[in-house]
Amino acid sequence: MPAKKSSRSKTQARELLFGDLWEFDPAPESAPAHLLDRYKLFIDGQHVAPRSKKYFDTLSPRDGRKLSEIPLANAADVDAAYQAAARAFPAWSKLPGAERGKYLFRIARLLQDRSREMAVAETLDGGKPIKEARDFDLPMAAAHFFYHAGWADKLHYVAPGCRLAPLGVVGQVIPWNFPLLMLAWKIAPALATGNTVVLKPAETTSITALKFATILEQAGLPRGVVNIVTGAGETGAAVVNHSTAAKIAFTGSTEVGKIIQRSLAGTSKRLTLELGGKAANIVMEDAPLDQAVEGIVNGIFFNQGHVCCAGSRLLVQEGIEQEIIHRLKRRLATLRVGDPLDKNTDVGAINSAEQLSRIQELVQSGIDEGAGIYQPSCPLPSQGFYHAPTLFTGVAQSHRIAREEIFGPVLSILTFRTPEEAIEKANNTCFGLSAGIWTDKGSKILKMASALKAGVVWANTYNQFDPSSPFGGYKQSGLGREGGKHGLLDYAQLQPLATEL
Amino acid sequence: MLPITKTPKCYVGGAFIRSESGRVYPLSSASGEFLAHIPLCSRKDLRNAVEAAAKAGPGWARRSPYNRAQILYRLAEMLESRSAEMASALTTPNSPGEIEVRTTIDRIVHFAGWADKYEQVLGSVNPVASSHFNFTVTEPVGIVGILAPENSPLLALMTLILPAIVAGNAVVALASESQPYPAILLGELLAVSDLPGGVVNLLTGPRSEMLSTFATHEHLRALAATASPEEATQLQAGAAESIKRVVLHDPACDWASPHHHTPYAIRDFTEAKTVWHPVGA
Repeated sequence: MPAKKSSRSKTQARELLFGDLWEFDPAPESAPAHLLDRYKLFIDGQHVAPRSKKYFDTLSPRDGRKLSEIPLANAADVDAAYQAAARAFPAWSKLPGAERGKYLFRIARLLQDRSREMAVAETLDGGKPIKEARDFDLPMAAAHFFYHAGWADKLHYVAPGCRLAPLGVVGQVIPWNFPLLMLAWKIAPALATGNTVVLKPAETTSITALKFATILEQAGLPRGVVNIVTGAGETGAAVVNHSTAAKIAFTGSTEVGKIIQRSLAGTSKRLTLELGGKAANIVMEDAPLDQAVEGIVNGIFFNQGHVCCAGSRLLVQEGIEQEIIHRLKRRLATLRVGDPLDKNTDVGAINSAEQLSRIQELVQSGIDEGAGIYQPSCPLPSQGFYHAPTLFTGVAQSHRIAREEIFGPVLSILTFRTPEEAIEKANNTCFGLSAGIWTDKGSKILKMASALKAGVVWANTYNQFDPSSPFGGYKQSGLGREGGKHGLLDYAQLQPLATEL
Repeated sequence: MLPITKTPKCYVGGAFIRSESGRVYPLSSASGEFLAHIPLCSRKDLRNAVEAAAKAGPGWARRSPYNRAQILYRLAEMLESRSAEMASALTTPNSPGEIEVRTTIDRIVHFAGWADKYEQVLGSVNPVASSHFNFTVTEPVGIVGILAPENSPLLALMTLILPAIVAGNAVVALASESQPYPAILLGELLAVSDLPGGVVNLLTGPRSEMLSTFATHEHLRALAATASPEEATQLQAGAAESIKRVVLHDPACDWASPHHHTPYAIRDFTEAKTVWHPVGA
């Protein structure tokens, strides 16, 4: 880009700002979500009332109103779920792989059939824009079941020289940012490898997991193979600490991940953790800027930034800092923030009041520590939990907004001069989940990708996912991988085949 | 003529060191005869060894797989040339040491051969649905802490070390407390094997004293150990502070078993990195 100055003034001149001349009409998604007033636990193939007799309200973050009542499973409920899973394990694990696969194929198809209903439920309960639930979460969840279905009868091809044997009953605890997708990431590989499951969805987003139970019924899945218990931290602890569990799989914060790892000490339970991140998204001077800006926006504002691999630290090479900030501000002005059920919404509702206040607290720390804040003028709905897309400029590595996972639509912009400095800054974190690199030079991509301590590196793209693509972090971002053959290995015991040694 | 006796030293950072603590413990023969003083390493020695490993690790990881293979093969050559001395160090009243030396040499050669092959077993090109080129490669986790069992003081120690270093990790290993001398000899072999100093650091001394530092040291990204139930709990609980992986081996396992010849032992000390790039003009 030799004529940087002229190209900038050219793009400025081309800009058409319509302001509020033409407001979008509301375009609410009208498909019904078929919600119940009160849900039940799913244990041993039955929808059962909790032994605890307790329920809690699940709110819709779009307006803060109560949607449904969710059972609060206690230790006895969790125990019943484990007992059912343990009873189901012998038959399920002995079922020929091809037959296990057929159940997973059915589940994938049924999810596709009920995709819109599930997407609306996901948006109502979690607050994500309907276009993301509809076009990302649901298709990707179905794809995960479809992908793993095909593995069930091919497990002997996963690890040369080894047989993959199931572990037993797997306890799984998932987060609220991609409720159904995380459920799919957890359940599909566990079932494909012949395990049975006790799953606990996040407290604020239990509805789609309990609706998913009806898909399991429709698929005719044998009772007890998947059990779903709902509740908060105590229920999660009961799932994690149950003696029947052969493995715990957890996705969530690094803080809770450490608690879980500690609580498993001295047991023989296996553990995979998919934890927090503070990804660096690195933009070099020779990057394709239009694509980079789209990638930056997608990297941090996708799902309101409630993404563990969100590109929350933007590292820009000094020479293009002003240009990138200018383009980002212009792009932010076009983001539509508001009702997640509206089909035009880009940035929806923050998942909970608690998460909103955590974001606000960290944003305030950014201001207090001296970073420059920018937010586009966008009216936020008066009801519900919302946060404007936010940029911080002049961020130092020591700032909390450069070190802590914000898990919200907040981007911290830092600069660097050389690729070496970019790598140094990118790796200067206890996390190591993901990273982005933007440059038109192939050899630079490969060099930087190899130097970045991160489990996923997106080069000239960001936030791409696929069931065949392993996902998981270095350092304090976790243990193990999900997806691809790597993910299967973490749900199986490797038994060496007798070979000529 | 009076023979020159050797002062056993630990091999750390490519140098032969005594413990910074100045402590030693006596090593005696089976008949109770004094042989030598062995360094009684401290937690500070462990932290120093981790520093040495941190300096050496990145360069070792950047060596080509072919180069790593040749260096490990060279280690087997070195052990072969001093196999009689090692065998006599391993010999106990119950078992001659030759078999353990032969098995260890074979194991080194086995893992040397993996250096430029495991990637094609553990890595993958991933057939994603979108228009992207997507591949997964392995990378070393970094520095691996090793707590060797009391028995099989050479073979078990090397069985724990080899899968870690073949993948480009650096290691800090604590040798068998009761039979430390084979590890002392091993250090002398490593020093002439072309393995860069600091890639393998060998400590001798009290396991109970150093266990908690192995568990909690943040720069150790993985541990490989045999451990009693109490030790396992301590290692795993300490590891949780920095989400460190802990690979435990059954203390009663047969170290000579060919089941230890597996690339999945290497996988334990690697991270999988997945890289995406758009396909298009």
